[in-house]
Amino acid sequence: MTETSALAVVDPAPPRLGAVSQLARRMQAGWRSIVIFIPYVWLFVFFLLPFFIVAKISVAELKMASPPYTDLIKWAEDGIMTIRITFENFTYIFEDDLYSKTYINSLKISSISTILCLLIGYPIAYGIIRSGPVARRLLLFAIILPFWTSFLLRVYAWMGLLADRGTINNVLIWLGLIDEPIRMLYSEFAVYIGIVYTYLPFMILPLYANMEKLDATLNEVAADLGSRPMNTFFKVTLPLTMPGIIAGSLLVFIPATGEYVIPDLLGGGNVLMIGRLLFNEFNQNVDWPTASAVAIVLLFLLVLPMTIYQYYQGKAMEDQ
Amino acid sequence: MTGEQTLSDTPWLEQGAEPFIKIRGVTKKFGEFTAVDNIDLDIYQGELFCLLGGSGCGKSTLLRMLSGFETPTSGSITIDGMDMSNVPPYERPTNMMFQSYALFPHMTVEKNVAFGLKQDKIPVAEINDRVHDILTLVELQDYKKRKPQQLSGGQKQRVALARALVKQPKLLLLDEPLAALDKKLREQTQFELMNIQEKVGITFVVVTHDQEEAMTLSTRIAVMNDGEFMQLGTPTEIYEFPESRFVADFIGSANMLEGRIVEDGPDHVRVKTDLGEVFIDHGQSVKEGSRVWIAIRPEKMHLSKEPPLKPGPNQAFGMVDDIGYLGDISIYKIRLENNQIIDVTAPNQIRPKSRTHTITWEEKVYLHWQASSAVLLTK
Repeated sequence: MTETSALAVVDPAPPRLGAVSQLARRMQAGWRSIVIFIPYVWLFVFFLLPFFIVAKISVAELKMASPPYTDLIKWAEDGIMTIRITFENFTYIFEDDLYSKTYINSLKISSISTILCLLIGYPIAYGIIRSGPVARRLLLFAIILPFWTSFLLRVYAWMGLLADRGTINNVLIWLGLIDEPIRMLYSEFAVYIGIVYTYLPFMILPLYANMEKLDATLNEVAADLGSRPMNTFFKVTLPLTMPGIIAGSLLVFIPATGEYVIPDLLGGGNVLMIGRLLFNEFNQNVDWPTASAVAIVLLFLLVLPMTIYQYYQGKAMEDQ
Repeated sequence: MTGEQTLSDTPWLEQGAEPFIKIRGVTKKFGEFTAVDNIDLDIYQGELFCLLGGSGCGKSTLLRMLSGFETPTSGSITIDGMDMSNVPPYERPTNMMFQSYALFPHMTVEKNVAFGLKQDKIPVAEINDRVHDILTLVELQDYKKRKPQQLSGGQKQRVALARALVKQPKLLLLDEPLAALDKKLREQTQFELMNIQEKVGITFVVVTHDQEEAMTLSTRIAVMNDGEFMQLGTPTEIYEFPESRFVADFIGSANMLEGRIVEDGPDHVRVKTDLGEVFIDHGQSVKEGSRVWIAIRPEKMHLSKEPPLKPGPNQAFGMVDDIGYLGDISIYKIRLENNQIIDVTAPNQIRPKSRTHTITWEEKVYLHWQASSAVLLTK
C-alpha cells in the first residue's frame, strides 16, 4: 500500500484582525485562564492549605494550651527565628503496635471490601450493559437511587436490621431456624456489610462507564476464532475492562480505608479502624500532633495506590 | 492449495457435483419480522460467492447463520457434509471477517492473528510460523508489534483478513470486507482479495451492498431483497440477463420502458412502448397484449446528432437535458417527447480539440440500439 506523499501546505497569511475581534480574542484568552484558575484555587484553599496545616501540627509537640500544640516558628527577642520540628509523633506511631495493627486492620477491611464490591459489582455492571435500553436505564437508576437518602440514615437502617433483636434475627427466630439471636451487629461482619453496601455504586458506575465502550463484536470475534465463553472473558473482556476495575477499586478502597462512620456505628468498639483511632486521638486524648501524624501516614498509604492508578490511566490513554 | 483435484471453474454446472455448503429451506424470524425467508442455496468448494443486497435484505443474517451467531428458525445448514444445527460458533469450521474488523485493541497485530491458533492448542513454534506466513501473505510482516490503533484502515482490514485466514477455515465469511476503505484502496484490495483467495483455495462467502464489488469479486452472486433471492447467477448473467425489474435496476443502471407485446415470434419479440417499437432478437414466449417492461443499459444505447437513414424499431430522439462528465465516460440525460429521461453513457474515446463537448446541452439527438440489447422483463 503506497502512502500518498504529503503535499507541502503553505500557511496562508494570517488574516488581519479588526480591533473588535482582537479584543474578543483577548477576552477569550482571559476567560480561559480564569476557568483553569478556579479549580487550582479550590485545590489550594481546600486541599493544599489544610494539608500544610496538618503537616505542621504533625511535627509539633503536644502542649496543654489552646491550640494544644507548640508553634513551628518562634521569634526570639533578638529577632532570631527558630524552627522546632520533631518527628517523635511519627516514631511513636511506628513504635506503638496499636497504630500499625490499626493500619493493617484498616487496609485488610478495605481490601476485602474492595474485592467483595468487585465480585458483586462486576456481574451487575455487565448485566446492565447487556440488558435492553429501557431496562438499562431503570437498573442504572436503581443503582443511583440510594444516594437520594442520607448515608447516615442508611447505616442506621442496617443497625436495625443486624441488631440482636433486629429484623433479620426476629425473622429467623420466627421461622424457627434459630433459637438464639445470631450476633451480627458490632462485629467485622457488620462493618463489611456496611462498607460493601455503601460503596457498591462507586464500583458499579465506573465499571458501567468502561463497559459501555466495550465493543460487543469482540466477543463474537473471539467465539468465531474458537474461544469458549469463559476463555473469552479472561482473554478479552477482563483485560479491556481493567481501567474500569482499577477506577472502581480505588473509588472503594481509598474512602473505605479512612472510613469512620461505618466502623463506629456497625463495628462498635470491636473493630478498630484508622478513622476511629484518629477521632479518638483528636477528641478524647486531645493529642492533635499524634492525630495529625496518623493522618499524614494514612495519606501516604493512600497516595501509593493513587499513583499506581494514575500510571495505568496514563498508559490506557497512550493506547487509545 | 493441495492440488489433489482440479476444481472446475463452474462447479455449479457440473452434473452430480457435491455442494460444499447446503442451505435448505432456511428461515430466520425476529419476532414478527422475517429476515430470511425460506432460502435454498448450494455453494461449491473454492467459490467466491457474493450475497448482494441493500440494507435489511437479510444478507448479513444469512451470513451470521453460517457462522453460528444466529440459529435458523427453520431449515438446515450443512457445511462439508456436517449438519451445523447444534454447533456453536467456536466449534464451526468457519471463520469470519467482521465489517468493523473488530481487532482486539489490547493485543498487537501478531497476538490478534495468533489468538485463533492458541485456542486450538497448537505448539508455539508452529503458531509463530503460521502467523509469520499469513502476515507475509497480506504484506504486514513488519507490523507485528503494532497495536491496532497504530494502523491505517487498509492495514487493519488486512490484519482482520489474516486473523480469519490463519486458522485455514473450510469456509471464510466476509461481512462487507471493503466497505470501510476509500474508493482507490477498495478497488486495489478487491484484486488482492481475489489473489489471496486463489492462493489459499478457501471457499469465500462475501456479503456486500456494493454491486461493483460483487461483480469484480465473485464467481456467483445472489441478489437478495426482503429475505429472498431475487436472482442467482454469475456476474455476467446478473448484469446482462436480469430476470426482474428489481435486479435490472439494482445492478448497474437501466432505462426502464413500459410496453405491451404486439408480436411474440419464436425468435423475436415486438413490444410497443411510448418510445416507439422495440424489437428484440430472441423469443421469450410471453402472451401477446400482456404488459411488460423493457430494460436497456445506458452504455448499450448509441447517441448521434444525425437522424437515422430510415425509420424503424429501436430508435428514439430527444433533447440533451444534462451532461455528466466523468472523464472516461459521459452520462447524457436525454429528455424524450413524453418527458421521460433516458440515460445514455458514451466513452470519451477521442480527446476533443476544443474544450467543449461534441454533443452539448439543448441539442436534438437520436438514439438507437441493437436488437440484442434490450431485455424483456415480465416481473
